[in-house]
Amino acid sequence: MLQHIIRGAAIAGSVVALAACGRGTQPAGESTSATLIRVDGSSTVFPITEAVAEEFFAKTGVRVTVGISGTGGGFQRFCRGETDISDASRPIRQAEIDACRTAGIEYIELPIAYDGIAVVVNPKNTWADRITVAELRTLWSPEAQGKVTRWSQMRGSWPDREIRLFGAGVDSGTYDYFTEATVGKEGASRGDFTSSEDDNVLVQGVASDELALGFLPLAYVEQNRERLKVVPVDDEQADNGAGPIVPSAETVREGTYQPLSRPLFIYVSRTAADRPEVQQFVESFFTSQALIREVGYIELTPQIYELVERHFAERRVGTAFGEGGSQVGMTLEQLLAKQR
Amino acid sequence: MNGTVLTTSADGRALRAIAWRRRIDLLFQVLALAILCLALVFLATLIADVWRDGASRLSWDFLTRIASRRPEQAGIWHALTGSIFVILVTAVLAVPVGIAGAIYLEEYGTRSRLARLIEINITNLAAVPSIIYGLLGLGLFVRMLAMGPSVLAGAATLALLVLPVIILSTREALRAVPGSIREGSYALGATKWQTVWYQVLPVALPGILTGTILALSRAIGETAPLITIGALTFVPFAPDSIWSPFTVLPIQIFNWVSRPQREFHAVAAAGILVLLVLLVTMNAAAIWLRDRYQKKLG
Repeated sequence: MLQHIIRGAAIAGSVVALAACGRGTQPAGESTSATLIRVDGSSTVFPITEAVAEEFFAKTGVRVTVGISGTGGGFQRFCRGETDISDASRPIRQAEIDACRTAGIEYIELPIAYDGIAVVVNPKNTWADRITVAELRTLWSPEAQGKVTRWSQMRGSWPDREIRLFGAGVDSGTYDYFTEATVGKEGASRGDFTSSEDDNVLVQGVASDELALGFLPLAYVEQNRERLKVVPVDDEQADNGAGPIVPSAETVREGTYQPLSRPLFIYVSRTAADRPEVQQFVESFFTSQALIREVGYIELTPQIYELVERHFAERRVGTAFGEGGSQVGMTLEQLLAKQR
Repeated sequence: MNGTVLTTSADGRALRAIAWRRRIDLLFQVLALAILCLALVFLATLIADVWRDGASRLSWDFLTRIASRRPEQAGIWHALTGSIFVILVTAVLAVPVGIAGAIYLEEYGTRSRLARLIEINITNLAAVPSIIYGLLGLGLFVRMLAMGPSVLAGAATLALLVLPVIILSTREALRAVPGSIREGSYALGATKWQTVWYQVLPVALPGILTGTILALSRAIGETAPLITIGALTFVPFAPDSIWSPFTVLPIQIFNWVSRPQREFHAVAAAGILVLLVLLVTMNAAAIWLRDRYQKKLG
C-alpha cells in the first residue's frame, strides 16, 4: 500500500510537471506579458481598477491581474519592471522616483478619481455639528497624546466628557493623507487612538460609542449612513467655499470639501503604454465614470478627464509633485497645468 | 461468613476513599466534557453566523464565476482553483522532502551532533511567524530564482512553511513504531534501508498522513506570506500552469470583508463556507486514509 501511495504521488508530480511544460519554462512575467496586463498597488484604488479590468476583460478578453501590495509596495514592484501599471492613493515619493530612474523606468502619472475622507461621530452625539481644521490639528497632533482627552478641550461649548478616537491604520494611505491635511506632516499623529486596517471595524467602533470621533473614506460612510453622523469640516478659507462643508460627491469634485479630499492615481509604465492592449485599458479609465461611482468613489470633472486624456495621449512622463508627497489644497487643474 | 462481618471501620474508610476517588474521577470527566462543549459551542456559533450571512449566496454560479465589482455576480472560481492548485504543488514539494528528512533524523542520524542541531532548528522553525516565510519567498523564489509571483513561488513558500510541521509529525509517527519490528527485521537479515522501507514506513504511514494533511490544512488558510510574495487579488482566470499568476481563497475573502458595501460581506461569508468545506474535506481525507491503512496493517 505504500507503493500505492508513492505511485499516486509520482503521478501527481508528473501532472504538475506536465502542466508546467505546457506553458514553457519562463517565469510568469516573461511568458505571458504580451497578453497579460499586470497591475499592483494601493488597496484603496483596487475596487476601481478591478471594476475597469472586469469590464475590459468582458469586452476584449484581455486578462488584467490586480494586486493589493499597497501604494508603496506597488511602486517597489513597478520600479523593478514587474508590473505595467501601479495603483496609488498618493503621488509617487522621491525615493520611488529615484528607484524608477535608476532602473530606467519612465512613467505617466494619471489622476483617475477622487476619494474623500469624512470625519464621523456617533449619531447620538448632539454637539459636534461642525469642526474646523485647526480643531482637528489640536486633536490629532502628536503633542495631543494623553493631553487632549476631552471634548471640551477642543471647543469650550462642547461637553466635558471623554473623547475616544478611531482612525485608519498607520500603514494606509488614508492615514498618511489625513495627517498631512490636518496635522501638517505626513505620518505624524498621536498614537493613542484605536486604529484598524479594516475600515469596517472603525465603522463598528464609532457606531457603538457615543463619545467617538473617527475618520473614514467616504465610501464607507455612504454605506453606513444610518449608523454614523458626518461632521462638516471648515478649513476657514473663504475662497474654496465658506463655512463648514459636508463631504459629498459634489463638494469633493468641486474642490470645496478641503483639505480632506484627495486624488487617486494610476502610474503607467512608458514602455507598456505602447502596447495596444495597455493603451486601450488605460483609456477605458477615462470613460468609467459610472463604474467609479458604483464602487464608491468620486469621478473627476469632464474637463479634468480631458486634460488627463491629453496627458496620456502625449505620453507626458514624470510627476507633477516635485519633491513627492501629497499637495493638500491644490486642485488637479492647477497640478496638471503646472506640469505643462 | 456473611457480608456484615466484613464492614469493620477500616473497610468503611477504604470504601469511602474509593467512592471519593470515583467522584473526583466523574467530576474530571464532566469538566473535560464541559470544556470540550464550550470549544464546540464557539465553533458552532462561528459556523452558524457565517452560514446565516453567506448561505443565501452559495450556488453553483458562485463556484464557477470569477470575482466581480457587483456583489451579486461575484464568484470564487479563480480563488478556489488557485487554492487547490497551490496546495497540490505545495504537497508535491513538501511531503517527500519532509518525510525523507524525518527518516534521516529518526532512523539514521539519531545520536549525531549534527542531527541534534538540525532538530533544534526545525523545532524553532515551526514557530516562526508565517510572514517571515513570505519575505524569504519574495527574496529567494520570486526575485533570486526569478519565478515571479507564480503558483510555483507561492507553493514553494508554503512548502517551507509546512516543512517543519511535516518533519515533526513524521518523526512522532516513526518513533511510535515498536522497536521490536525493527529488531525482528534485522534478525531476518534485512538491511537498514529494507527495514525502513518495508517495515517501519508502512506502520508509521497513518500517522504520517494525518500530520501531513493537517500541515497542508494550515497552509491553505495562509494569507500573509502569499500577499508578501505578490499573490494577486483580482485574477480573472483559473491558473493554468505553475508559472501562472494566482490568488487564493483567504486573500479573496479578506478583500471582500474589507469592502464598504454590505452585500460583499455576504459574499465573503459564502467564501468562508467554501473554504471551510475544503478544509473539512481535507481533514476527512486524512481520517479516511488513516483508518484504511490502519485496518490493512492491523
